[in-house]
Amino acid sequence: MTARALVNVPKAVKQGEVVEIKAMIAHPMETGYRVGPNGTNIPRDIIRRFACSYGGEEVFWADLYPAVSANPFIAFTLVASTSGTIAFTWTDDAGETQTASAEITVS
Amino acid sequence: MPSRRALIGGAAASVAATVLAAPHARAQVQPQVVVVGGGFAGASCARALKQLDRDLAVTLIEPEAAYLACPFSNAVLAGLRGIEAQTFGYDRFGDIGLIRKGAVAFDAGRRRVRLDDGTDIAYARLVLAPGVDLRFDALSGYDEAAAEVMPHAWKAGPQTLLLRDQLTAMPDGGVVILSAPANPFRCPPGPYERASLIAHYLKTSKPRSKLIILDAKDAFSKQRLFEAAWRELYPGLIEWVPLSSGGRVTEVDPATRTLVTEFGSHKADIANVIPPQRAGRIAQSAGVADQTGWCPIDPITFESRLQPAIHVVGDAAIGGAMPKSAFSANAQAKACAAAVAALVRERQPASPKLINTCYSLVAPGYGISIAGVYQPRDGLLAEVEGAGGTSPLEAPLSVRELEAAYAEDWFRTITSEVFG
Repeated sequence: MTARALVNVPKAVKQGEVVEIKAMIAHPMETGYRVGPNGTNIPRDIIRRFACSYGGEEVFWADLYPAVSANPFIAFTLVASTSGTIAFTWTDDAGETQTASAEITVS
Repeated sequence: MPSRRALIGGAAASVAATVLAAPHARAQVQPQVVVVGGGFAGASCARALKQLDRDLAVTLIEPEAAYLACPFSNAVLAGLRGIEAQTFGYDRFGDIGLIRKGAVAFDAGRRRVRLDDGTDIAYARLVLAPGVDLRFDALSGYDEAAAEVMPHAWKAGPQTLLLRDQLTAMPDGGVVILSAPANPFRCPPGPYERASLIAHYLKTSKPRSKLIILDAKDAFSKQRLFEAAWRELYPGLIEWVPLSSGGRVTEVDPATRTLVTEFGSHKADIANVIPPQRAGRIAQSAGVADQTGWCPIDPITFESRLQPAIHVVGDAAIGGAMPKSAFSANAQAKACAAAVAALVRERQPASPKLINTCYSLVAPGYGISIAGVYQPRDGLLAEVEGAGGTSPLEAPLSVRELEAAYAEDWFRTITSEVFG
């Protein structure tokens, strides 16, 4: 999967601060129910799972279904504990993954 | 000697007869239709009403002395046209009663409009054409003061000239950023025509400059035509950042001319922020706008779904599949006028068919268009399948030249029809 992923993680925050994390991937989220120009259904192709890890530990995940729109945009909050890497993974129907990551500095 | 009761009964009966007869007699002579708003929609409607029925008393309420037309105003800010070519007066409205006041309050129950000088005007039917208001509460940091630094130029007039003057003053090598809103908004192809004409100005006057479009959408009107023309005419000059690439602007900082998106920030030399919009203030005060900010209407009569005997036409109305354009406003105004003229004479209005055409200039002498036909279906204005369409994607320059000329012809025709 070579979709374009965008993430927004605050660079420097105070310990204990609640920070908003945003992630979006450019993906058609094809439901499998649409009929293509040749009269047959366009094969389903969706992101099935989104996960976010903080310092190597999974802290947020979501299962996605065909009703989720194209280019899924996911925003959530985390409590800033330690400086480290926030990593994101999107997994599609074929089991292929796309990753992105950002560093956060906690003082 | 008649009894007391008989006398009182007789008197009461004759009073009742007078009360019932008077409005009926007036209605037969000259029903009063009041139109509020003298833009393409309102002025067209007032004129069409009078043409349909000479005996209607038609009043047009518009506080401004002149109207500044938005179509072709993108050519003004690119230095291709003077603002006076966009300016139209109200001195050729014949026997339409023109009142140069603002409408401030509405009483739908008693069918009255209050003007800003305190007078009340009664109506049999009221047509509102309030246009759009820019939402200064939608983007953090973007208020009226910010618009003096980061112009929207989405209402023709001083804002158009402000953006034009900023472009003229910008040094070569500058970055112009245009932020386009999500649907619905006034003039769907407008931001992209504007980007094209600014790009034309930059290419010819400031060729080291760049134009970035930050878009809250992943698709736009006439997109394939615009993008093909940009590749051909302005290679490398225009960068379009759609929603799925993080193009949605959420915040602006006028002090630094910075636009903040969900995933980053962009510093501009010139920032043209086209904010989200809603029906004009008058729609809110008349109670005809719903929680979307726009006005739900019956697609046959354009009567408000929220207030009886009040009709809404033009950009403020939820036109279903119809785009918010001057052409649509004019078409809706005529359909609404026909319905109102029928209703005040207690006739059944006919179901209309409406046409829209939007021309866009990609460069001087390079025009593209989209057309559609619409009719009421399931309570909305729906597009008629197979009617209309866009300019061909592959076409010789002569076709683009012709369409640019048609665009000019259309503007001359509609403005002379509407403003005289």
